[in-house]
Amino acid sequence: MSGAVPSWRLVATLSSGGACAGLLLVIVFQATLPAIEAHKAKMLRLAVQEVLQEPDRTETLYRYEGKLTAKLPDGVDGRKLERVFLGFKQDGSAVGFAVVGARPGFQDVVRIIFGYDATSKRILGMKVLESKETPGLGDKIEKDKGFVAQFKGALPPLVRRRRGQDGGEGALDAITGATISSQTVFRIINDTLERLAPELEAYMAAQR
Amino acid sequence: MRETTPQQDLLRGVWRENPVLIQMLGLCPALAVTNTVANSLAMGVATFFVLCGSSLLVSLFRKLIPAAVRISTYILIIATFVTIADMSLEAIVPTVHKALGAFIALIVVNCMILGRQEAFASKQPVGRALLDAAGTGFGFMIALFLMGAVREVLGSGTFLDVPLFGPNYEPWVVMILPPGGFLTLGFLLMIISWRERRRAQREPVATGEAA
Repeated sequence: MSGAVPSWRLVATLSSGGACAGLLLVIVFQATLPAIEAHKAKMLRLAVQEVLQEPDRTETLYRYEGKLTAKLPDGVDGRKLERVFLGFKQDGSAVGFAVVGARPGFQDVVRIIFGYDATSKRILGMKVLESKETPGLGDKIEKDKGFVAQFKGALPPLVRRRRGQDGGEGALDAITGATISSQTVFRIINDTLERLAPELEAYMAAQR
Repeated sequence: MRETTPQQDLLRGVWRENPVLIQMLGLCPALAVTNTVANSLAMGVATFFVLCGSSLLVSLFRKLIPAAVRISTYILIIATFVTIADMSLEAIVPTVHKALGAFIALIVVNCMILGRQEAFASKQPVGRALLDAAGTGFGFMIALFLMGAVREVLGSGTFLDVPLFGPNYEPWVVMILPPGGFLTLGFLLMIISWRERRRAQREPVATGEAA
């Protein structure tokens, strides 16, 4: 060690390095942001299409002041509000809502989207948007076709089907070795519906 | 340091001093993200990019960086490249980015990268530093690819998502779980040290380098 380096040089080196790094990162961030946002929007759009079984068109509804509304008052930024998506068939009748919900699973937060028909009060479909569940076990909540398929037509609240019991129309099979991940999905749907179902049904009633 | 030729600078890290298989550096990503071939390759490419970029800058500014703050400066440079790699991967290959998760950000603390800066790039001209970084980065990629190939073929019965064994194959799920990483790395290291020993026995003159 020379020890002769003045401390202003140490400070200058680090701060100019930091400034250059910051500038570079801002440029890269600006350059990559559109692609990242576009991909997220596309994935969400595809997921809405999937859980509502390919509706003819969809409408975005915002949750504003305890109600669902398609049109926000001026000056309210819709990107900051919770959104649900309402799908319509070709003849103009509503298919159902696509709703996003999340809660901590076995590893990290699991985010799913599911379709819900507020008239028949049944689930239309479920798709995992984001999960870091254990590869090979917990990640079957998105990869196991049998598990995903059983959500279609289920009548919430959802419960885990126990052996030797029928359990009614809300009872679904959990994945062997991934009980917690499976129940996380059930709970997300139950909690989200408990919170939103009255608003969804009120919106449908108002449309008629 | 003894004089080395450019070929030696480049090839040293690829096999003879492979960062993972010989030097045992950068084991965290080698164990964590090698459950599929695609993830291994993406991790290898990201690390390669960070290593080359950092070596270039560290070597370029080696006379300007005071010794007292050199480690902080290296980390600053490495972290910048890692963040660039992170954002670029998310924009270009979002599915791979999702699969690698937090491990991209953790390239910052990969001791293999900091090690090359401290041991080589900070003392050598730009050309040699780049050759060394490319060799080491490529060696890292090879090691990750080997791990990923073994684990995906056994653990999922696929290679790059192409099924290999037909529907009757029962995958060894343990191979894509964390223990499979340790098992695979252990067997790879065993094979390599067995070969090294055989080679040393055959040519007993070549001593002094082995350790």
